[in-house]
Amino acid sequence: MKAENFCTYETAWCPGCGNFVILECLKTALEQLGKNPAEVLVAAGIGQAAKTPQYISANTFCGLHGRSLPAAVAAKIANENLTVIVDTGDGDSYGEGGNHFIHNIRRNVDITHFVHDNQIYGLTKGQASPTSMLGLKTAVQVDGNNNEPLNPVLLAMACGAGFVARAFTGHKEHLIEVMKQAIEYNGYALVDILQPCVSFNKINTFAWYNQRVYELDDTYDCHNKIGAMQKAMEFEEQIPIGVLYQEKKASFHQKNAVLKAGLPLLDRNTNTNYVNQLIQSYI
Amino acid sequence: MYNLLIGGAAGQGVDTTVAILEKLLKRSGYNVFTAKDFMSRVRGGHNFYLIRFGVEPIYSHSNQIDGIVALDESTVKIHREQLKENGFILCDQDIAKDTDTSFIVVHMNEMAKALGNPRVSGSIAIGAVLKLFGEPMENAGAVFASFVKQQFLDINMKALTEGYESVETRFMHLQGNAAEQMLISGSNAVALGAIAAGLRFYSAYPMSPSTAIMETIAQNADEAGIVVEQAEDEIAAINMAIGASYAGARAMTGTSGGGFSLMVEALGLSGMAEIPLVVIDVQRPGPATGLPTKTEQSDLKFVISASQGEFPRMVIALRNPSDAFYQTMRAFNMAEKYQIPVILLSDQYLGDATYTTKAFDPEKIQMSVPESDYTGHGEYLRYRYMENGISPRLIPGKTEQLVSSDSDEHDEHGRIVESAEVRTRMMEKRMKKLEILKQELQEPEFIGEKSFQTLLIGWGSVWGAMEEAVRLLNQDKNGNAYAALVFGDIYPLPTKLLREKAAEASRIIDVEQNATGQLAALIQEETGIICDDKILRYDGRQISGEEIAEQVRKEGIR
Repeated sequence: MKAENFCTYETAWCPGCGNFVILECLKTALEQLGKNPAEVLVAAGIGQAAKTPQYISANTFCGLHGRSLPAAVAAKIANENLTVIVDTGDGDSYGEGGNHFIHNIRRNVDITHFVHDNQIYGLTKGQASPTSMLGLKTAVQVDGNNNEPLNPVLLAMACGAGFVARAFTGHKEHLIEVMKQAIEYNGYALVDILQPCVSFNKINTFAWYNQRVYELDDTYDCHNKIGAMQKAMEFEEQIPIGVLYQEKKASFHQKNAVLKAGLPLLDRNTNTNYVNQLIQSYI
Repeated sequence: MYNLLIGGAAGQGVDTTVAILEKLLKRSGYNVFTAKDFMSRVRGGHNFYLIRFGVEPIYSHSNQIDGIVALDESTVKIHREQLKENGFILCDQDIAKDTDTSFIVVHMNEMAKALGNPRVSGSIAIGAVLKLFGEPMENAGAVFASFVKQQFLDINMKALTEGYESVETRFMHLQGNAAEQMLISGSNAVALGAIAAGLRFYSAYPMSPSTAIMETIAQNADEAGIVVEQAEDEIAAINMAIGASYAGARAMTGTSGGGFSLMVEALGLSGMAEIPLVVIDVQRPGPATGLPTKTEQSDLKFVISASQGEFPRMVIALRNPSDAFYQTMRAFNMAEKYQIPVILLSDQYLGDATYTTKAFDPEKIQMSVPESDYTGHGEYLRYRYMENGISPRLIPGKTEQLVSSDSDEHDEHGRIVESAEVRTRMMEKRMKKLEILKQELQEPEFIGEKSFQTLLIGWGSVWGAMEEAVRLLNQDKNGNAYAALVFGDIYPLPTKLLREKAAEASRIIDVEQNATGQLAALIQEETGIICDDKILRYDGRQISGEEIAEQVRKEGIR
């Protein structure tokens, strides 16, 4: 399992962090799909997970905290030939960027969203995230987290996402396969990737996840939305991983009158005749 | 020159009536200027339009009225005192409540009902106005056809004729030569400028008074090859524009002050990541929700310093629709050349008012073409240190080079660094661009007598009123001559002509639509020049040329 085209850089992550696995699997998935780094855009917001673009050889966009989705979908709208991947954390995706998460599912631009979900804020040194479990004690949540954890995969389904998956950094080969399916899906694809935070999350440790996760097998029907929503609610005792829900949907490009035919947006030229007609219409 | 006020409640179709009438007047040769005063509601309330028309160029409204077309009673109540001697009030029977001789009663509603559609009463009013001003009917068919659906054309033409025959001519037709000019609002001129500049992506969240720009671009998007996306909020709108621009599509976003407040962090992203961006702020009175449908120029000091940290940016104030068209085109060039955010400042008055203006010529502005591949020596580095601070910008996916972009402080590769040395060099690289940009700033427009004593200073949409005020004051021939400087490029502030003219002036008067004199403060900060007096207005209504002249006269001649 090597991904030579996408290079290796020195990282600023803690030893044992799940981010290493996600980065390695991402490079492998891209390599196995035969992607050329120059046609790939890896975008992120801000956070520990959001440093992923810094460590991969591709086109990269490190934007603002919580704002990776709007920038990434617009880049895809501008140039449909780019393979656009957002690789960022749970705080970035579900907290600061919660509004963009909801509305970009509705847009259904053909991008892939890998959320490094460690259920904690890492870069700011260990506060509760939107997916933190009840009772989690931190320097801020001193009496334990009182806010219900958000269920991102259930929310994504409720918003109408056409590809929703969950994966775990402890199951590398499985993660690579899910990543590849997500990248190849035509439309917005979410993969919520469970990963331990070795420095700050003492509840959801590697062992905690490892005891609970199980891979969905061929008997599971990922095209049944109600069944998928029920499956998405399993988290406490057992955590299913794999593609939870998949549905063929028209992507943003297929729905948009301008984009559905013709050159990629950035290659279009100004129609000077039309501009002159428009000017004439005001005379 | 004539001045007509048309007033009614929201939902009465006044907007269409005015749009048809002003076009008819322009087609007959008049220069036309229409200012619009709306209330923030969809039904009811009081909206009015001031249509000024004449053979001479007109760039400002006037509050002295020759005629009122009152479609509701409050129009009469609120505006009758502005009526000149011999002025008329055209209205229906139920609105003419007293025996004032200025009333011209036309039974518009009754006539419309008899014709079979109460909605054609506006066309009856148009017919009556045309006759009152001695206007020919020959252009009417073509103009109506461009506003009214085919199946309603016949009934509207009948209504027009009945209205025409219902009154006698009171004013003489004046023959102007503006028939071949455009009649366009500031916001539509911005939209056309963006389309002509090769805009590919426009994202915005609806906000008065900026929404007209998004609507006009959207209505032409299919033919022009533009994606218009309504964002979930202004934060998404600007981040989308930045993402599209990074990926090589010319991108823009637009809003008013409240939305701009939400965009502020991303403005810094454009500056830091060096991604070209055009943003328009169509100002309205603040703070917070303020007066949503009124006008103000109070965002200047905000937009020139918005966002944390320091980075180069350019701010251009739009003065009139012609300026709006060409400066919007230029904004894209400046944003791309310097890889910076360029902010256009408009306001409700300029955005909604329609002006007669010479037909736009898009070829006047040569649009820049992005580099197609890396032609420099050595490895491609997105943020390479360059003499002029401008690093080679490539489009991701268009070459084999990898294009990185980073909101963190970064090295030449675009990767996070915390080194003091790199930080200093990168700050200098970015800020150097501003110094180079200053060399191509456009000086403010000089209006008035070459040799003058009193200098008026203003920016943006007050241009029209300043032009008229200077003309009126110089007609006084009281031994004092007047001139004005009206800024378009406003940040960085061009100071050459300002210093020159300020040195000649014995008195400088600042004219702005805000409470604190923001341009005057900027001028003082940049040049030390202090304005002697200020004419400031912040009631949400635009000052007119006549009002400026009157206030200058009141202050006395020094």
